[in-house]
Amino acid sequence: MNNPTEYLPRSYHTRVSTYWWLARWPYVKFILREASSVFVAWIVVVTLLQIRALTRGPADYAELQNWLRSPLLLTLNAVSLAFVIFHAVTWFNLAPKAMVIRLRGKRLSSLAIAAPNYVAWVVISAAIAWILLRG
Amino acid sequence: MANRITLEVTRYNPAHDEKPRPDTYEVPLRKEWVVLDALNYIKDHLDGSLSFRWSCRMGVCGSCGMMVNGVPKLTCATFLSDYAPGPVRVEPMSHFPVLRDLVVDTSDFLVKLAKSKPWIIRKVEKPLNEEYFQTPEQMDAYKQFSMCINCMLCYAACPVYGLDPLFSGPAAIALAQRYNLDSRDQGASDRLDILSHHEGIWGCTFVGECTQVCPKNVDPAAAIQQYKLTATMEWLKALVLPRGAE
Repeated sequence: MNNPTEYLPRSYHTRVSTYWWLARWPYVKFILREASSVFVAWIVVVTLLQIRALTRGPADYAELQNWLRSPLLLTLNAVSLAFVIFHAVTWFNLAPKAMVIRLRGKRLSSLAIAAPNYVAWVVISAAIAWILLRG
Repeated sequence: MANRITLEVTRYNPAHDEKPRPDTYEVPLRKEWVVLDALNYIKDHLDGSLSFRWSCRMGVCGSCGMMVNGVPKLTCATFLSDYAPGPVRVEPMSHFPVLRDLVVDTSDFLVKLAKSKPWIIRKVEKPLNEEYFQTPEQMDAYKQFSMCINCMLCYAACPVYGLDPLFSGPAAIALAQRYNLDSRDQGASDRLDILSHHEGIWGCTFVGECTQVCPKNVDPAAAIQQYKLTATMEWLKALVLPRGAE
């Protein structure tokens, strides 16, 4: 196919700046959401380290616990928790966009699709908290 | 309310300008005036050489899309008073080549639109004296996506399109989905090959701004995410039943 602009007059092409995402708040939010995956990966690494320490015995686990209590790790994990929550919320809010569910001819509202995700999140978190904190 | 407002309008003459530059105009600030009225005032009273596209001035034709203070807007539906005391920055739509002043080259979008086959495809045609019936529920399935007026504000808002001009873009995909979801259409498989590739739906990172700027509430971001789900199911079906499900 011919270049569609071949016979048109000269035009000016603007290059997208490397810092385009700083131009507007919705773009910043998008980049933060994408960056949250790094923190999600970090939480996975921490969990794997915990499992490894557990299999190696109480001494190793205590050492890991100690390391995790350092101010640097506490700060990093607090920031990670914030990002993981942001990640989860944006993911749950995406569900109604991608899923169209019809019941008796009517499309289910966004809330009706997102709500079960949030409910499952709270219930599973509460169950884990109960297992960890009961004794 | 002050009775005048300043507009910073992008000017570019390809014959003698190296690159676009802003020019400042002072126009009356009237309660009922939209940005397009201000541009027409400039053209009629201050500088007749200012070029911009417009037609219906009632949010139907989709010609007057521009960046207003950095956000893609239909200038016929953007009130000046919302930007008081100003100044108001009016620029050509982002991510498109600028031909002159506020006029952009939309050829790329038109090529992509045609590629997504936005028309009803029938494998088997009914005789001419028979109708293609559709229930209100069947129409409801695609109606939202059919409201697109091809104004291209979603392309101006989409950073993926800005960074990768090969990306099919929000409106073309939403319109493909509009026909895929139409009960009279039989062309979904024809469109799958065009849309389910890296420059199609998989290029979308779900920034979601296409939906935010759409003046017709089409929600192209939802169309793309739904299509991702459809394409994944098709891929799974092909994996589990390589000889076809039908």
